Amino acid sequence: MILDYVGVKEINGSLIVLDNVDNASYEEMVDIRLENGTYRHGRIVQIEGKRVVVQVFEGTKSISLDNTRTRLKARPMELALSPEIMGRVFSGAGRPIDGLGEIYPLKRANINGTPMNPVSRVYPRNYINTGISTIDTLMTLIRGQKLPIFSGSGMKHNELAVQIVRQAKIADTDGDNKFGIVFAAMGVKNDVADYFRRSFDESGVLSRVVMFLNLANDPIIERTLTPRCALTAAEYLAFECDMHVLVIMTDMTSYAEALREFSSSKGEIPGRKGFPGYLYSDLASLYERAGMIKDSKGSVTQIPILTMPNDDITHPVPDLTGYITEGQIVLDRQLEGSGLYPPVSVLPSLSRLMKDGIGEGYTRADHQPLANQLFASYARVQDARSLASVIGEEELSPVDKKYMEFGKLFEQYFVNQGYHENRTIEQSLDLGWKLLSTLPRAELDRVDDALLDKYYIEDSDNLSFNTFSGENNAADNDDDD
Amino acid sequence: MTANDVIYGINGPVVTVKNTRTFSMMEMVYVGDSRLVGEIIGINDKFTTIQVYEETTGLRPGDPVYGTGAPMNVLLGPGIMDNIFDGIERPLKAIEETSGSFISRGAAVSSLDLEREWDVTMKVKVGDTLKAGQIYATCPETAIIEHRFLVPPDVNGTVKKTAKNGKYRLMDVIAVLEDENGNEHELTLCQKWPIRSARPCEERLPATVPLITGQRVIDTMFPVSKGGTAAIPGGFGTGKTMTQHQLAKWCDADIIVYVGCGERGNEMSQVLDEFSELIDPKSGRPMTDRTVLIANTSNMPVAAREASIYTGLTLAEYYRDMGYHVAIMADSTSRWAEALREISGRLEEMPAEEGFPAYLPSRLSEFYERAGRVDALCGSEGSVTIIGAVSPQGSDFSEPVTQNTKRFTRCFWALDKSLAYARHYPAINWMNSYSEYFTDLDPWFRDNLGEDFIKYRNKITSILHEESSLMEIVKLIGSDVLPDDQKLVIETAKAVRVGFLQQNAFHADDTFVPLEKQKLMMKAILHLYNRSKRIIAASIPISRIMELGLFERLAKMKYDIPNNKPEMFDQLISDINTALSTLVDS
Repeated sequence: MILDYVGVKEINGSLIVLDNVDNASYEEMVDIRLENGTYRHGRIVQIEGKRVVVQVFEGTKSISLDNTRTRLKARPMELALSPEIMGRVFSGAGRPIDGLGEIYPLKRANINGTPMNPVSRVYPRNYINTGISTIDTLMTLIRGQKLPIFSGSGMKHNELAVQIVRQAKIADTDGDNKFGIVFAAMGVKNDVADYFRRSFDESGVLSRVVMFLNLANDPIIERTLTPRCALTAAEYLAFECDMHVLVIMTDMTSYAEALREFSSSKGEIPGRKGFPGYLYSDLASLYERAGMIKDSKGSVTQIPILTMPNDDITHPVPDLTGYITEGQIVLDRQLEGSGLYPPVSVLPSLSRLMKDGIGEGYTRADHQPLANQLFASYARVQDARSLASVIGEEELSPVDKKYMEFGKLFEQYFVNQGYHENRTIEQSLDLGWKLLSTLPRAELDRVDDALLDKYYIEDSDNLSFNTFSGENNAADNDDDD
Repeated sequence: MTANDVIYGINGPVVTVKNTRTFSMMEMVYVGDSRLVGEIIGINDKFTTIQVYEETTGLRPGDPVYGTGAPMNVLLGPGIMDNIFDGIERPLKAIEETSGSFISRGAAVSSLDLEREWDVTMKVKVGDTLKAGQIYATCPETAIIEHRFLVPPDVNGTVKKTAKNGKYRLMDVIAVLEDENGNEHELTLCQKWPIRSARPCEERLPATVPLITGQRVIDTMFPVSKGGTAAIPGGFGTGKTMTQHQLAKWCDADIIVYVGCGERGNEMSQVLDEFSELIDPKSGRPMTDRTVLIANTSNMPVAAREASIYTGLTLAEYYRDMGYHVAIMADSTSRWAEALREISGRLEEMPAEEGFPAYLPSRLSEFYERAGRVDALCGSEGSVTIIGAVSPQGSDFSEPVTQNTKRFTRCFWALDKSLAYARHYPAINWMNSYSEYFTDLDPWFRDNLGEDFIKYRNKITSILHEESSLMEIVKLIGSDVLPDDQKLVIETAKAVRVGFLQQNAFHADDTFVPLEKQKLMMKAILHLYNRSKRIIAASIPISRIMELGLFERLAKMKYDIPNNKPEMFDQLISDINTALSTLVDS
């Protein structure tokens, strides 16, 4: 028996309250028909006896106490899935908006997903070559990892994400070309979404992209569903179609703010900075959907992008994200200001999975010690700099001066890289050694003598770094030292 | 049991039942037709509140709620070891077989394998009087762990019947006791215990034996005792998990219970991978033979995350009662506290600091007080050491979880962001960390390693402190202006930091360092320091000493001298003497 409930009892923000509802189930979908014949969609978020609270995805504008008829759909929020979703564009709530018609579903899946059994997970070990020196050498991206980009407004995180997508050799180890990209835009500007679309088009991957768009002026309830829809699609493609899927989600801060808005309209007790107490669990339910499982050849790799309000890494969103994800790529405004691209702030950036995906058999045996030494030396540069800012560069000890020089070269040639420049891992590693060779050998205490004998260049006065200099857009430059 | 009680309201993991008097506090219940596990957390005359340990999607008012009449408990028996459970002791391997790679709801799988046969040896005969907690039989559980069957703590009496030695399954009765009232108690291979109650013991013992971890900064500078408590606070990326893994791999406990509480799924699969490959140096068997994993990853239901810590602790206490030394790693207690906060918020309780419920400190203290070295009821000594990671929000140690943890633990290993950025691991900051166990443990160190060990440690500590105050000056005016003896302190402190405190978990020798070598390493550093000090006093500039490359050798001695060749330190010390004497002679 299908019942329509006429009218609502209460309206509060994006929530409506219905009374005398029989047989409602938690998280059930509802259709709300307005007097003018248009439909809104909603989901039950709280039940108390016969009183039911419904979250309306499209907002409650022009809903009055009497002008609606609500129908329970008797199923939770599901996404229609089939391999046809490739190349399509959906709204944040998973409805096609590219005018190409509905998806003929092979399957419907609950967008909340179910937790992956830790026993069934495969520990990620295959490294993804992004062609970007800082990332490949110091915070290697691993297939099945979730590695967010911590950025701030106005920084070049979008460019970096696009460059990763363009250059990532995500599929070549299996020989076939089964890779896909799922792009989830949450509260981003139309220009940004368009930039991604154009960039995917230019790199010829548009037919392999599934887009879920919730732009800055779209309803916030849909925004809280967008990443869930996107990840459901990604899981389907990865674990049932055996594809390697790269998920880009931008901007997680907008997502969390939508969650906060919804939570406060529901009257929940706020936690830090007004975000709901369950923000950690909620973010985890998204990020943890990356990975690989034993029964499938596919993988889900996530690159969430978030802008840190006021560049504050201790803000709840980056803070909780950092606790869930397997590392982070932090962008720095000062580097950006000095014209370096990508402005990756090396020291706070990290990849937790890299230690098992690099070295002999993956990249090169010297990779880990080299990375440790670069981190340690660059950390020392910061000490020298803060000292120099007090006593002046002239007064520094000779060793500290060497570090100042190293820091400058490191940023100029290692961090800095052209937007179209795709460096091989060997190029990046060799460049790292060359930079370290500008320091006295005795300063390199993280690498053993055997490696130093092999890679340390004694004749450090004749090192030239003009290879990568000047032209930022020098595509595919050769390593000609 | 028939279901007279039905669901009234649903809000996330919190479900309410109206107008019932059936349930008692903390009772375990099954909710809905798919029988989701839940626990009663609040009762008033109108509503009974249940927290459900699984996703509540699809539940509806009117669905039945079944009581079990008992508090939330776990099944204790052979088969725990080498297993991996979720937060409420459901075996994840068995769940994988029934429901595939993704965990479905209401998975009804017995915690322990009921069909597996165990090779039981009886330890009692008819007519013996058994007290609670005594051993009545044993069986090999894994190659290195012998499972000892204990009389449940609330039972005692005279043995009336026993089974023969042989193969039995979990629920088989192998002995019958008659208590003084004439009631018979059947003893099987398993028992149940409520997770929120501590298991009883005979007597608590003082913390006089250290837990040897092979990690220099911990063993030497900030030791923890067997049965002690330690907290590892640190922001993300400072290496909490790495430190926990190192401790789990190398510490000298008999049994490790590793609780992944609200952490990453990939991390748990790494633990599974690594521990099954890693060979325990003492037994020559895979590490998993002595390890239990509790994996409640961050995307698994939040209420089960809250329970996971207690589940792990109860398993640990059970093995302690058999006379084992158990170490439990909880990674991370902040996630557990956040789960408390989340549920408290759903209950609309009045929040205290930062939205955490007012009972956070009492819950934390209850948890840490369950650690201890004890005389178990079975007559042997056992211990539970708790090492809890804390993930402070925004790396701010003044937040409530860190602060309250600090009050109830006696070791505080503060991880430091700037050390981690410089890839100095373990990133334990020697200035902010402390251990309150020195006075308890010093007699042990004195007896086993000699008075020197303590002397060296104190000297090293004072050098580090001196360096820290000198660095204040260096930061302002550079190190060149310091007098040579202070420069020597800075150079020595650097050797301590790089050569001693920093430890490489991926290096075959350096990942675990025996105490004897730790002592000799300190000795070598202090020898060079003392000799150099005398030379500098004789107005020979420190630059001359630096040219000899001795400090570089100290920095690399951890790699150059294998763990099993302590005699090479004599060579090192005589090399230092020879090198320095050339200075004096010239």
